[in-house]
Parts: sequence; C-alpha cells; structure tokens
Amino acid sequence: MCGMNATKHATRTAVSANGLRKAYGEKVVLDGVDLSIGEGEVFALLGPNGAGKTTTVQILSTLIPADAGTASVMGHDLRGEAGAVRAVIGVTGQFSAVDNLLTGEENLLLMGRLLHLPAAERRARTARLLERFDLIEAARRTPATYSGGMTRRLDIAMTLMGRPRLIFLDEPTTGLDPRSRHTMWQLIRDLVAEGVTILLTTQYLEEADQLADRIAVLDRGRIVAEGTPEELKRRIPGAHIRLRFADAASLEAAARALPEGTRDDEELVLRVPNEGGIASLREVLARLGDGVAVDDLSIHTPDLDDVFFALTGNPAKEQTQ
Amino acid sequence: MTTLTIAAQDSTTMLGRELKHTLRFPLLLIGSILVPVVLLLLFVYILGGPIGHGLGNAARGAPYVDFLVPGILMMTVAAGSGTTAINVNTDMTGGMIDRFRTMAVTRGALLTGHVGASVLRTLVTTAVVTGVALLAGFRPQASVAGWFAVVGIVAAFSFALAWLSAALGLVAKTVAGANGSTLPIQFLLPFLSSAFVPAGSMPTGVRWFTAHQPFTPVTESLRALLTGTPAGDNAYLALAWCAAMALAGYLWARAGFRRAAR
Repeated sequence: MCGMNATKHATRTAVSANGLRKAYGEKVVLDGVDLSIGEGEVFALLGPNGAGKTTTVQILSTLIPADAGTASVMGHDLRGEAGAVRAVIGVTGQFSAVDNLLTGEENLLLMGRLLHLPAAERRARTARLLERFDLIEAARRTPATYSGGMTRRLDIAMTLMGRPRLIFLDEPTTGLDPRSRHTMWQLIRDLVAEGVTILLTTQYLEEADQLADRIAVLDRGRIVAEGTPEELKRRIPGAHIRLRFADAASLEAAARALPEGTRDDEELVLRVPNEGGIASLREVLARLGDGVAVDDLSIHTPDLDDVFFALTGNPAKEQTQ
Repeated sequence: MTTLTIAAQDSTTMLGRELKHTLRFPLLLIGSILVPVVLLLLFVYILGGPIGHGLGNAARGAPYVDFLVPGILMMTVAAGSGTTAINVNTDMTGGMIDRFRTMAVTRGALLTGHVGASVLRTLVTTAVVTGVALLAGFRPQASVAGWFAVVGIVAAFSFALAWLSAALGLVAKTVAGANGSTLPIQFLLPFLSSAFVPAGSMPTGVRWFTAHQPFTPVTESLRALLTGTPAGDNAYLALAWCAAMALAGYLWARAGFRRAAR
C-alpha cells in the first residue's frame, strides 16, 4: 500500500492551481486556493454549501475565469490552452445536464457526434456505456421518465463518451437516495480502477472518506486543511483508546496507571487519549501492564464531521454570507 | 480536419438536435402558426371591413386582405422569436450549455444551430400561414422573382430576429422570462408597424416611431412584392435593418454565451 502511494505521488500532476481568487462584486467566493492533484488520484473538495467548491470546479473546467491566480490541467495552462484542457476533461455538474427531449441513447450519440467519433465507434461506445450504467432498458426513453439516480448515471455516461483523463464530479450524489448513492460510489471506484483522475466535490463527509485518496477542506473560499482522510482525522484532538473492564477494581488499577485517562465508573470504561497511532497504543498497553484484565479495547477515530468542526470552529453548515 | 469543417460539422450536429427538438415538442411551432392565423382571421372577417373602408387609397384599391397578409407574414416571423428564446434558455438553465462549454466543441455551433433551426421553422410557419391566407381570399400578384425576394426577406428578417432572440434567451434567468422578453418583438413592434394600418393614419408621436422602426420597411417591402407594386427603397432599408439587427444580436448573444451560467 505504501509502495502504491509512493508510485502515485511520483507520477505527473493532473491539476495544479496557485492562488485562485474569485469574487462576485463584494462577495469573495475563492480567497487564494492552491491545489495539487496527481494523476490517478481521487481528490475530494469537502465543504458546506457556499464554501466555493462549485466555483473551483467551474474555474478548473474552463467555464469561468479566475480573477487571479494560475492553474494548469493535465499540463495545459487554463488561460492559454483552454481548448486543450477541454479535450482531456469530463465534467458532471451539480445538476444533471441531459437533453430531456432526446432519449438516453440519443444523448450519448449526440456526445459522440460532438466528439467527432466515427459512426461505428459512436454506436459501439454508446452501447457499452448503456450497458455499464444499467440503462439498456431506458435507452429508448427520454430522461423525463427516469429516476434521479438514472439521470445521474446517464449524465456521467455522457461525460465518459470522450474518455476523459480527468473527471470533475460536482456533488455527484446530492439528492440521491442511499441505494443510488452506493451505486454511484461503486461507479466512481470503477473509474478510479481504470486510472482516471477524479476531482470530486462533496458536502458528505462520509463520501470523501469512502472515495478519496486526499481531501482538501474548503471553508469560506480557503483551504483550511489537506491530507489523506486518516491524516485529517489524526490532526484533531479526540482520538482515543476506549478500554472496558470487567470490574471496578480493574478500572481503578488502570486509572492509576494511566492518569491522563477519563474514567466512566458506570460503564467501567477508561478513555485514554491516543494521538500517536500504533506507537502510543503500544506505550499505553505497556504502562497498563499485564496485571490488569481488559475486557474490551476499541480505538475511536473521529469522523470527518469532527474534523470540520475542529478545523474551522464551525459546524459544517451552509455558508451564505 | 480543418477548423472550418469541424465548425460546420458541429453546427450541423446542433442544427439536427434542434430540429429533433422541434419535432419532439411541436407545441411551440403550432403556437407560432396559430397566433398569426387567429389575427389574420380576426382582421379579415371581423375587424377588416371598416378598416378596409377607412384605408381607401392606402390599400391601393385592393381588398384589405391583400393589404393585411404581408403584415401577418411579418408577424409570423416575429412569432418564432419566443420559441428560439425559450429553447436557448432551456439549454442554459438545463445545464446543456455548461456541458458543451466544457467540451472541445466549436464555440458558436450551438447558437448557429439554434438560429438555423429558427429560420427553417419560420420558412415552414410562413408557408402554412400563406396557405391559410390564400384560403381566406388573399390574391398575391407577385412574379416568380418577387416570390424569391419574399422568401429572401422573410429568411433575412427571421435570421436577424433569431440572433436577437438567442441573446434574449441567454440573458433571461428563467424560461418564462425568456419568453416574456420576446413579447415586444412578437406583438408590440408588429402592432406599431404598418402591418395593420399605414403609418400615416396613426397619431403623430406613434407615426414617427412606426415610420422609422425596422418592422415597417420589412412589412412594406413584402407588401410591395406581394401586390406587385414597386418596393422603392423599402427592400434595401429592410435588408439593412436585418443586417444591423443580426449583427447586434450576434454580438450580444456571443457575449451572453461566454458568460452563460445557470
């Protein structure tokens, strides 16, 4: 696993952004965003509504210009080589962008035409994508008859017609039911397995945790933290070892050996802060010694909700100025 | 492939898409035939009698229907504006424009497709309305060359209004707003033109506006061609106005497309 990560980071940079700024009138949406995403990586931009996630995607996908800052995508400068950027990216926006008067199949064929694929390849790719995204039965119907999950799948299938090397997924599961969400997660994992780079935005902390190699936490237009999900979780206080004992005497003995712990006499539980991972776990167990019988041991790692709160001092709620 | 053939190919793809939309959802097309047809019938059978008498020499001795139909044809062209603005706005608010803008698709192709489809739709609606007019007693005196000129002016006027409507569709925030913003093109300017009565018969302030706004020379040149009378400078004036409106609409739409975001 370590070796794999090392290889990943050694590869080329898919997205590199420096000091991106964007304001609409008085309202500053992006206040100096730096990003570096390696090829083949799944990178999640995590933040509440209004944090600047969509604006970042719009800038990096050539939809809107940044007020300041530079960025390159797959080695192409955003300003000077927008056309070359567009040829290698695929974008699935926050709201599904499908043609509601065309059938699912016609939507895909339209993408193929606009990508200038030869007719035979257009048909073959359309057939493959319909099958892969479980849309064969819906192929001859218009999206007006689709469920939210089906429309999203068609949307992403349209994005894949061009075999993009970098895919932007702006809140891909917002508004989907839990089952469709898990289907979407699996689709995203399959894309990753094919070596595609993904920039994902989400306000679901679990989603970033599940899918991303690295996460940047975006808060009011600034990146307030960045790292692997584990790194982020470790950065905040509250990681601890939870020890449960069979009787009050064992708890008493353990509390004497580990005075930094917090005891809960009713539950017969001692919570010991554990910031250092395995090494500090070993140390805690060594100090506890062999004499004290531990009934149960669990390691509590805070989830990303805790991370957001700890990093920003705000709950992960909507940010509207 | 050269840039130019790619541009032509992309525009054709977009035109085909837009024509498919029209066939899938023909309600707007039917609407832009029904409105002028209802006005035609209203003015020929109900209001036309006294208006025709009142016009006297202005109608050049022909029945009022022959005076009216060129104006109705002009109005039929204008009636297509709503459809174009609605369709462009639907592409924007529905996210399709954002999708196309993140693809390596020729920038102007989508709007070219919309404008092309708009002109083709107008040729269909004006043909149908002309057919209804013939049934209602319209007796055109145009030569073969005159008919070609009529089609040319209709196409040029439609092309100009389509670019303006595309821009209005891109500027509007909602589909309803897009439709609403074309109402001056669909109704106000046609009524304040020489479509129903000559500009000279209008109150002074209105008369000046009517005489100098683009829809009047378009109507007058169609009227001259269809009644077989000399068009004078009106045809050139009409074409000059169409060129100016098309250029303004094109530049406005191009700027709107760059900024377009839902």
